[in-house]
Amino acid sequence: MSSPAAAPLDLLYSETEEELRTAVRSLLAARCAPAAVLARIETGAPHDPELWRVLAADIGTAGLLVPEKLGGQGAGHREAAVVLEELGRAAAPVPYLTSAVLATEILLGCESAEAADLLRELAAGRRVCVPALPLTLAPGAPLPTPVRDSGGGSLGGSVGSVADAVCADVLLVLADTGLYAVPAGAAGVSRTPLVALDLTRPLAAVHLDGAAGTRLADPATARAAIAGALLSGAGLLASEQLGTAEWCLTETVAYLRTRHQFNRPLGSFQAVKHRLARLWLDVASARAAARAAADALATGAADAPLTVAVAQAYCSGVAVRAAEECVQLHGGIGMTWEHPAHLYLKRAKADSLALGTAGHHRGLVADFAELPAP
Amino acid sequence: MTAAALTAEHLRVRVRELLSAHPPATTAPAEFLRARFDAGLAWVHYPEGLGGLGAPRSLQAVVDAELEAAGAPDNDPRRIGIGLGMAAPTILAYGTEEQKRRFLRPLWLGEEVWCQLFSEPGAGSDLAALGTRAVREGGEGGDWVVDGQKVWTSSAHTARWAILIARTDPALPKHQGITYFLCDMTAPGVEVRPLRQITGEAEFNEVFLTGVRIPDAHRLGEVGQGWAVARTTLMNERVSIGGMRIPREGGMIAPVATAWRERPELRTHDLHGRLLELWVEAEVARLTGERLRQQLAQGQPGPEGSGMKLTFARLNQEISGLEVELLGEEGLLYEDWTLRRPEIVDFTGRDAGYRYLRAKGNSIEGGTSEILLNIVAERVLGLPAEPRDDKDLAWKDLAR
Ligand SMILES: Cc1cc2nc3c(=O)[nH]c(=O)nc-3n(C[C@H](O)[C@H](O)[C@H](O)COP(=O)(O)OP(=O)(O)OC[C@H]3O[C@@H](n4cnc5c(N)ncnc54)[C@H](O)[C@@H]3O)c2cc1C
Repeated sequence: MSSPAAAPLDLLYSETEEELRTAVRSLLAARCAPAAVLARIETGAPHDPELWRVLAADIGTAGLLVPEKLGGQGAGHREAAVVLEELGRAAAPVPYLTSAVLATEILLGCESAEAADLLRELAAGRRVCVPALPLTLAPGAPLPTPVRDSGGGSLGGSVGSVADAVCADVLLVLADTGLYAVPAGAAGVSRTPLVALDLTRPLAAVHLDGAAGTRLADPATARAAIAGALLSGAGLLASEQLGTAEWCLTETVAYLRTRHQFNRPLGSFQAVKHRLARLWLDVASARAAARAAADALATGAADAPLTVAVAQAYCSGVAVRAAEECVQLHGGIGMTWEHPAHLYLKRAKADSLALGTAGHHRGLVADFAELPAP
Repeated sequence: MTAAALTAEHLRVRVRELLSAHPPATTAPAEFLRARFDAGLAWVHYPEGLGGLGAPRSLQAVVDAELEAAGAPDNDPRRIGIGLGMAAPTILAYGTEEQKRRFLRPLWLGEEVWCQLFSEPGAGSDLAALGTRAVREGGEGGDWVVDGQKVWTSSAHTARWAILIARTDPALPKHQGITYFLCDMTAPGVEVRPLRQITGEAEFNEVFLTGVRIPDAHRLGEVGQGWAVARTTLMNERVSIGGMRIPREGGMIAPVATAWRERPELRTHDLHGRLLELWVEAEVARLTGERLRQQLAQGQPGPEGSGMKLTFARLNQEISGLEVELLGEEGLLYEDWTLRRPEIVDFTGRDAGYRYLRAKGNSIEGGTSEILLNIVAERVLGLPAEPRDDKDLAWKDLAR
């Protein structure tokens, strides 16, 4: 047996996608420049609700994955991927991946009226909803159920490392009796902020003690919905990682063209040039891998799980490498708190754990491509 | 019909006409290839009368797929790679009408094999420093007499013609005094000597040129403009080395993946980790090439092209190295060290040891990886050029 044949993929950007990119990029340039992100994380409340409102509601990016009949844009994964590229490039502290991708995909998989109502709210950018699951949860890994229903939808338990929980209006909670939408401010719900490596995607531990919520799906439907969301999330995270890597490369090239030592621009030294050329190659390849994943998800290609695993196995490493090179090649200034390089390094490293490590995804490749372990 | 109006559907119709007039099953391969060339389906983006239809380049894939599906013979591109990949586009771009008509048809048909007389013992990466001399006899329109030594010339032993660059004015700076020629490999004074390489074979050669006469009609481009012409060749060389279309798990990763599946006794955890890493990288390289082709088809050539050869070389070397290790005791063996002078470079038909050794050339031939990284850094990323002190010096005054 050999590995599954590849579906034909469209790996370019369409005109509409480029227009969407332009809108998102100019918003982020105005509202989310690196200096502004640095200033925000100092305050301990990195999320920018105003930026989110414009991005989610005015530009309409929150509803890209939601069908028009539920108030969304009825676009798809390719468009959402472009948004994530730009958010990655800005290390933007907004709950896009968690609310507009993961929670949205879970709700789309629930197929209940309650889920549809909530989707309308998310697509309109009126509410933020995040899954109460650890950010490290990967497609293909067993789902944890630390939350128990002690009867009549009274939920109890704790989940750690929940991304963006602090800014969520609604938490999606997987319990032994199904999936629940729990208002974040409800009685019996507490969120304990954790000190996170990535300052731009805050984490919290969620504790439930007799919290009540609306049941959205039975356990089997809930698990299938979450599995599908984790696949999409992992595939689209590759685009965020691409954006991160791109910023790091562009910024480093620009710096080394103008920084002089030894009476020459540093970028004229071959030892430096070759490193940057290799990084460019990696980024160009990451773009192909991330686009492939987005397109495979958008078209529901039979080999989408393999294409997603390939993209994650590849793009995580490229983002980390790009951020590490960015710090190193900026020299002393790269080690400072004032320079934004660290925001990207922290984001890239945290992203390399999010939704499965590269190693986990290589394991999935082994399954899909039938290259079994010894 | 104008070229712009030619669509995939038109080409499919023409392919069907060709196939029904010359059914591959009952037509001699050479006969079929001639008919294909004359139908303009050899390289569709070439002009009519020269094997093409002036169609968009992207439509070649349509033609190739239809012909492959019909079991049509090909012209063995591995045997005539230098002709197809480098000589032809250069002749098309710079040749006179007469040169195009004389050379392109037998080239494409594989009746005439081409080789590339560029590198010299003293001019490799710094190709423009070459010293092979061409002197004109009897003024304007007279024959050229060439003396010098070329090296690493692949397929010189099977070639009928060569693309050749030689110095015609040593008093000018090195890039300026060069002229480009089409050299008859059967002319008196051309001597080809095999050079054995690390695989044991003599795939490339030394070529000694002693008083070789080349008629002025076989000069390509203007006198002294040879460097510009050569750049067309080199650009095409890089694309043709790294730009092949391959299916998922095509190329070098295929034999390793097959061995892994079929021979569980060879598996170890360490090899598994490395295999998966390379499998992923090979798949990403395939996607990157695919994306590049999609950009080209849309008329937005991206700079990714210069990177493909770098990736291709690195992956071939890492994968073939892993393959030798995977084979265990068998990896200690080599199929045959007999000195041979092969007609083609055959990666897939040979064993792992050969692949491992031959792949070492991938980062040297057609521009070394170091040189290609410089090109990416300078032309794609816009980093400052290497400082150089040879630019305005006459070639004859350069250090050697
Ligand atoms: C299998 C094979 C087939 C070939 N076939 C042909 C052929 O058919 N026709 C033909 O004309 N030629 C052919 N070549 C020659 C090939 O193009 C040259 O070998 C190549 O361009 C390198 O030149 P060189 O060997 O002189 O190495 P050098 O230029 O001497 O380089 C030696 C080392 O120094 C590095 N280096 C050189 N310059 C720089 C720089 N500026 N910065 C950093 N590093 C540098 C190189 O990367 C290399 O690692 C072939 C070579 C091989 C291996």
